[in-house]
Amino acid sequence: MVLKLEHVTKKFGDFTAVDDLSLEIPDKEMFGFLGANGAGKTTTFRMILGLLDASGGKITWDGKPIDYSTSHLVGYLPEERGLYPKLKVRDQIVYLARLRGMQKAKALTELKLWLDRFKIPEYENKKVEELSKGNQQKIQFIAAVVHKPKLLILDEPFSGLDPVNVEMLKEAVLSLKENGATIVFSSHRMEHVEEMCEHLCILQKGSPVVHGSLKEIKRSFGKKNLVIHADFSLDSLKSYPGVVKSKTTMEGIHLQIEGEYIAEKILKEIVNQGFIRKFSLEEPSLNDIFIEKVGDSYE
Amino acid sequence: MNSFWIILFHTYINKLKTKSFIITTLLTVLIVLALTNLNNIIDIFDKDGGKENIAVLDETGQLYEPFKKQVKLINKDIKLSPFEGSVDNAEKAVEEGRYQGIVLLAMNEENLPLATYKAMSIADSSMFTDLNTSLQQVKTMLAASQIQLTAAQLEKLYEPVSFEKIALEKNAKTEEELNQARGLVYVLLFIIYFSVIMYANMIAMEVATEKSSRVMEILISSVSPIKQMFAKIVGIGLLSLTQLAVFLSVGYFSFKQNMESLKEGFMGVYGFGDIPFETILYAVIFFILGYFLYATLAAFLGSLVSRIEDVQQMITPMTLLVVAGFMIAMFGLGKPDASFITVTSFIPFFTPMIMFLRVGMLTIPIWEALIGIGILVATITILAIFGARVYRGGVLMYGQSNSFKDIKKALQLTKKE
Repeated sequence: MVLKLEHVTKKFGDFTAVDDLSLEIPDKEMFGFLGANGAGKTTTFRMILGLLDASGGKITWDGKPIDYSTSHLVGYLPEERGLYPKLKVRDQIVYLARLRGMQKAKALTELKLWLDRFKIPEYENKKVEELSKGNQQKIQFIAAVVHKPKLLILDEPFSGLDPVNVEMLKEAVLSLKENGATIVFSSHRMEHVEEMCEHLCILQKGSPVVHGSLKEIKRSFGKKNLVIHADFSLDSLKSYPGVVKSKTTMEGIHLQIEGEYIAEKILKEIVNQGFIRKFSLEEPSLNDIFIEKVGDSYE
Repeated sequence: MNSFWIILFHTYINKLKTKSFIITTLLTVLIVLALTNLNNIIDIFDKDGGKENIAVLDETGQLYEPFKKQVKLINKDIKLSPFEGSVDNAEKAVEEGRYQGIVLLAMNEENLPLATYKAMSIADSSMFTDLNTSLQQVKTMLAASQIQLTAAQLEKLYEPVSFEKIALEKNAKTEEELNQARGLVYVLLFIIYFSVIMYANMIAMEVATEKSSRVMEILISSVSPIKQMFAKIVGIGLLSLTQLAVFLSVGYFSFKQNMESLKEGFMGVYGFGDIPFETILYAVIFFILGYFLYATLAAFLGSLVSRIEDVQQMITPMTLLVVAGFMIAMFGLGKPDASFITVTSFIPFFTPMIMFLRVGMLTIPIWEALIGIGILVATITILAIFGARVYRGGVLMYGQSNSFKDIKKALQLTKKE
């Protein structure tokens, strides 16, 4: 059940929202979509779901396009959260689950399990408008997964949640993946993608700038981070050949270097200058890669 | 169950359960009950307070009896009684509330009646008119006897002229039938008018609510927007039929109960005695078609706004169309054969009301009605196809959207290129 995007393009008039995007999302994997606002993430999701027709290219899941005949296998958490404000949680979930082809009784048992899991069983008969925003988001999440979808699309699932709830939701997403769902999610938060996804894609202005498995992306990026804390001034290192970027901190300096061999040279250079409290060579974070590829304009 | 039916019943049952729906239905039922029981209600209030006591101070001694006789003929509820005593005493009696008013009767120099009416207030003009007319009759009789006319001559003088209206067209409605049809058509037009406005509004609100609460995106990822739109339209349509069924059955049974007393009253005049089956059939057809026409329009207009506050603004042009149709129909009640009415009855947005008016009031060839229905059905189909496309794009559109330019934008969203 591979989800395949082949040369997908979407144009709105003269504006190109997604430009020649080709991806392959393996079965039962978690795939991360990164990108600045307006990069085309939501448009891509809408095309995957068949809500928008692509201007060009092809999207297939298990060799077939996704349409309303497969809607019971697909779960979707839109970026803009919304439920019927006047409807009780229970009626709401049952209605949405039934629209995805689930039986009422089954939806109710499933709902109870999820409410217990999120530690909010008392909300079953409350109206959605009476709940806090975080709890509404949990209900929304339940609405997306209650019918046990094989393909789950989560648009910014963790935005606006406190750390405790983020953990709770993360665990839920991971357990869904263990149960065999293919999950595609987008996020602004690099650490979430870094932590959870095997594969990812960074979109910029509709085209993928980085795409592949997390490990490969990091390896091929080449550059490493070097953190040095020392008692003497390290400012001279800023112009050292092979240093791409530098940032002075309270305790020392953070450097981005072209490769491991530069670190070796720097160590030799400074080892006799005084006491070095910390000298650590680190893998580049996704954040570094993102900033490098998408540009500093993004925050 | 098919998702179409799930949405249909979800819409239907949820709307059925809302307080506002229950309250409107109950209130209207009360009004229907009140209307059909009007005679009984009037009787209840008239039991004691109905009779008006009037004192008559007859200076001449010969006017009281004929005056009383005339008054009795004109209005049974006015009770006259002779008053013995002075004018001052009589006035006091009125002030104390024993009498509604006093009538002072006298003769002028030509030996004809002369009267004064005194009351605490002279706001009740209908009673004064009755008294006045009665006295006028007395005066005419007196004057006639003075110039020595016989009763037969007098009768001839007052006999109404014979003037009959006859329609030459075969099967044309007689004057009486026209009057009856007018009343019935009037009431049914009102029902069509109100229902179309009310339920079209309901649909636009429903769509806008789903959009503004952003639940729409989940919905359209589960079920196609077109299916949703029609499920919603049919669901609300079912709701409107439920409501109408309640009104009609309450009205019918209450009407049956009070048949006798009502037939004499104004209802009989306005054609509720026996309702022609054809008119009802046409009413149902035009009601349903009118509903679908405006419901489709409302659904796609509703899909264009992203905030509930903008709904009214968006559907105002549509509401104006309905109002215009209704106004023309009201004008047509008095002149159903005007060519203006004939022409407008073929304009689809007016057809439900005006073609119905024509089939109800006139005897038009059946093909004219069928052409009207045909044009209407074609318009509904075109509107549904076009509306569904706008709806599909419109529900994904958010932001400042309350102009008709958005229709173009919405269409663009659904385009492939």
